[in-house]
Amino acid sequence: MAAGYVRGPARRVDAARAPETRRRDPQAGARAARGVVQKPPQKHSEAILHFHHGVREFIYGGDQATGVSHRNNAETGTTQMTDLRTQATEIHEQFEDQLEISVDDVEERLDTLVNEYKVPLSEARRSVTNTYLDEAGMERDDLGGGGSGNERVQVADVDAPEEWVDIKGEVTELWEANSDAVAQVGLFGDETGTIKFTKWSKSDLPELEEGQVYDLRNVVTDEYEGRFSVKLNRTTVIEELDEEIEVGDDDVSVEGALVDIQSGSGLIKRCPEEDCTRVLQNGRCNEHGEVEGEFALRIKGVLDDGNEVHEILFNQEATESLTGITLEEAQEMAMDALDTSVVADEMRADLLGKYYRVTGPTFRRYVLVDDVERLSDPTDAEAVLIKARSI
Amino acid sequence: MATTPTREVARRVFAGEFNDATYTFKESDDERAPVYLLLPTGERANRVFLVGTLMETEDVGDDSEYWQGQVIDPNGERYYMYAGQYQPDAASMLRELEPPAYISVVGKPRTYETDDGEVNVSIRPESITEVDAATRDRWVVETAERTLERVRNYTEQTGEDGDATVDEYVAMAAEEYDQPVETYRQQVVEALESLEDDEAVAAEPDA
Repeated sequence: MAAGYVRGPARRVDAARAPETRRRDPQAGARAARGVVQKPPQKHSEAILHFHHGVREFIYGGDQATGVSHRNNAETGTTQMTDLRTQATEIHEQFEDQLEISVDDVEERLDTLVNEYKVPLSEARRSVTNTYLDEAGMERDDLGGGGSGNERVQVADVDAPEEWVDIKGEVTELWEANSDAVAQVGLFGDETGTIKFTKWSKSDLPELEEGQVYDLRNVVTDEYEGRFSVKLNRTTVIEELDEEIEVGDDDVSVEGALVDIQSGSGLIKRCPEEDCTRVLQNGRCNEHGEVEGEFALRIKGVLDDGNEVHEILFNQEATESLTGITLEEAQEMAMDALDTSVVADEMRADLLGKYYRVTGPTFRRYVLVDDVERLSDPTDAEAVLIKARSI
Repeated sequence: MATTPTREVARRVFAGEFNDATYTFKESDDERAPVYLLLPTGERANRVFLVGTLMETEDVGDDSEYWQGQVIDPNGERYYMYAGQYQPDAASMLRELEPPAYISVVGKPRTYETDDGEVNVSIRPESITEVDAATRDRWVVETAERTLERVRNYTEQTGEDGDATVDEYVAMAAEEYDQPVETYRQQVVEALESLEDDEAVAAEPDA
């Protein structure tokens, strides 16, 4: 990986792409997602994106579930349709080589079962799949992946959004859900690390318990600011397992002097387009062109210990807590100076050339800062002195 | 691994060793290729990070402002730095700071040859920040450790059984410099001892 500092199973990602371009092209992301949304792209991927947008504010940083917006609730109505369509697309893909069926055919069957006969979607899916298995003269095993068609993954394998996966792990933490739309939210972990999970109220799923190991089948991955999460949905099968898992830690901890705060730090503007959070360059988004940006705070910094450099990224929350400057205050500072760059200048004057230890997961060549500690105590001079005298 | 151009590490080097490092080189013919200062302990430095006491500032420019800053390290040796119109932030720090003050400096090493053929080493600062004594003490220990690592590496590679593959920068340093690396180990010891004196802790028996 980037600088050899990655301890343990960190996320394997494409380091060649520049950080500013890592925000996915939503369409491409959807296309890339295995088994989802290949066709018909238009209606479906839009629905998916709506679904994601409502939740994106609280994906990053976990427990500050501040912003489940009204939009989320407004969109719950589309979700069932979304799920049906998604499921139909998946089922269709499993049979398209064997049977002459369209996604619409599949969706219609699901729709009849779910909306007319009030069959739970997971059951409806099973039933429809069985029907097609019979028609095609196939066995369930022929579909692979334990029948769901999903890849079974571990936490550290999750490296792309909008993939349907099966995953086994322990609920290591439950956080308070700050929205009625969210039934449960917390951390889910296996040997390779932990990942945030979200369970929607509307999905009507059983309650998960902290410390319990589950097999979750048919969950969807998501990503925000480089952090991945999994979302349980109406079709998710939750199986309680009677086993224990040693939950791994995928965080890294690095320390050194903060030798640079790079451009693109301080008070920045992000693209307001749905599911796009790219940082604007001169009022332009790489994906959406000229847009009216939304103000945000962040710091792209460099920690250097004299042997290695580590690029570190503070999101808005981490930036506010490190600098003591809130977004509102930053905007006021910029207004007074008629210049947004005063915010980064102030941060540089305050932070540069001092020692810090930061902890967090890695994304590409960055450490995403969850915790930061100013190192102000001198280190052990005596031990070094003994070494120096002994050479 | 290094698919993107990697940022240069900021080396930690006491002023005594830094000022002895008069040899610079490039690793490619590209005009924009980074220039490295060869440290006498056998490491290349394209960037340095230091924390010390700013002792003097002076505008030495003719037409436009050109600020010189002198920073002293725990051994009483000085780093010289120069910031002009192309380093506006660093220049304004040197203009505004009142010596004495603890400052941290990130910068690039520069060398220039005087009329009588002597090579002077200085720093072109990228950033200058005022810091506290604890940060300075931490830097002293860190710089002692890094220097010691280099000294040890140098000694191992140039020792008796030194016919194994020698690190190219160690080889280069052995070629370019006459000063024994023992000098720099001695500087490490002095720097660390100065911290102990500061702390007014009873001196160690062997100090």
